[in-house]
Amino acid sequence: MLSVLNGISHSLDAYLILSGILFAIGSFGFLARRNAISMLMAIELMLNAVNLAIIAFGAFTPSLKVDASVIALVVMAAAAAEATVGLAIVIAIYRNRKTPLVDEYDAMRQ
Amino acid sequence: MTLPATIPLLGFGWDDVLFMTLAGIMILAALAVVGMRDIIRSGLAMIICFAALAGIYVIAGAPVVAGAQVLVYIGAISVLVLFAIMLTQTKDAPRSLVFQTQALPAAIASAVLALLIAITVASTDWAGTLPRGWVATLDSATKLAKDLFANYTLPFEVVSVLLLAAVIGGVYLAKRERGAD
Repeated sequence: MLSVLNGISHSLDAYLILSGILFAIGSFGFLARRNAISMLMAIELMLNAVNLAIIAFGAFTPSLKVDASVIALVVMAAAAAEATVGLAIVIAIYRNRKTPLVDEYDAMRQ
Repeated sequence: MTLPATIPLLGFGWDDVLFMTLAGIMILAALAVVGMRDIIRSGLAMIICFAALAGIYVIAGAPVVAGAQVLVYIGAISVLVLFAIMLTQTKDAPRSLVFQTQALPAAIASAVLALLIAITVASTDWAGTLPRGWVATLDSATKLAKDLFANYTLPFEVVSVLLLAAVIGGVYLAKRERGAD
C-alpha cells in the first residue's frame, strides 16, 4: 500500500493528479461561492493548477524545460492582469449595488 | 551529522515526504479557500496554498518560477485580493450564506471532474516524457533568461503591453466618477 507513495515526487502522474485536484477545487469554488471576490480567488486556484501541470510536463521533458518555465511566467503575468481588472470590476459594481454577492446582481434580468 | 538517504521506518526518500507534506498543505489550504465562511480567512488560506505550491515548483526543478510565484502571487495578487475584500466587506457578510443554492451539484461535478482527470492521467501513456524515478535537475536562471530574451522576445513584449493595459483598465474601472457622489 505505502510502496505506491515511494518515489511519488519523481512521477509525472502525481503532479498531474495533484494539479487536477487543485483545478477541481477551484471549479467548485467558482460554481458554488456567492461572493464575487471568492469566485476570483477560485479562478486564481485554477490558474495555479494549470501552471503546476505546465511545470510538471517541463520537468519530465528535458527538451521543453526552459520553455515550460517561460510559459508559466507568461501565465502568471496574465493572471495578474486578470486579477487587476476583475477586482476593479467587482469594486466598481460594489460601489453601485452595495453588495459583493453575485446573486444580487440581477439588473439585466428585470 | 548527515541525514540517512531514506526515512528509517517508512523507506521513503526525503523529497517524497516533502512533496506529500506540501501537497497536503496545498490541498487543505485550497479547500479552506473555497469553504471558509469568513472571506478574510479564505484570502489568508490562499496565501498558504500559493506558498506550498511554490515549494512544489522547487521540487519539480523550477526555482525561478517558484520565486516568481512568491513575488507575483503572494506579494501582489494576494495583497490585491485582501484589499478588495476589505473594501467590499459588509458587517453581515461573514454570517450570511456563503454558498449558492447549486453548491451540492457543483460539489458533485467537481468531484467527478477530479476523478475523470485522475483516471485519464493514470491510464495515459505519456510517450516522450521521462519515466517514474527521474530526478528533476534545477533549472538555471541564466538559461531561462537567454531563452526568454532570444526565442520569446515577442511574447515577453506582448505581456508587458497586456500588463500596461490591465493597469490602465483597472484604474479606469475603479476610479470614482467625477461628481457621482
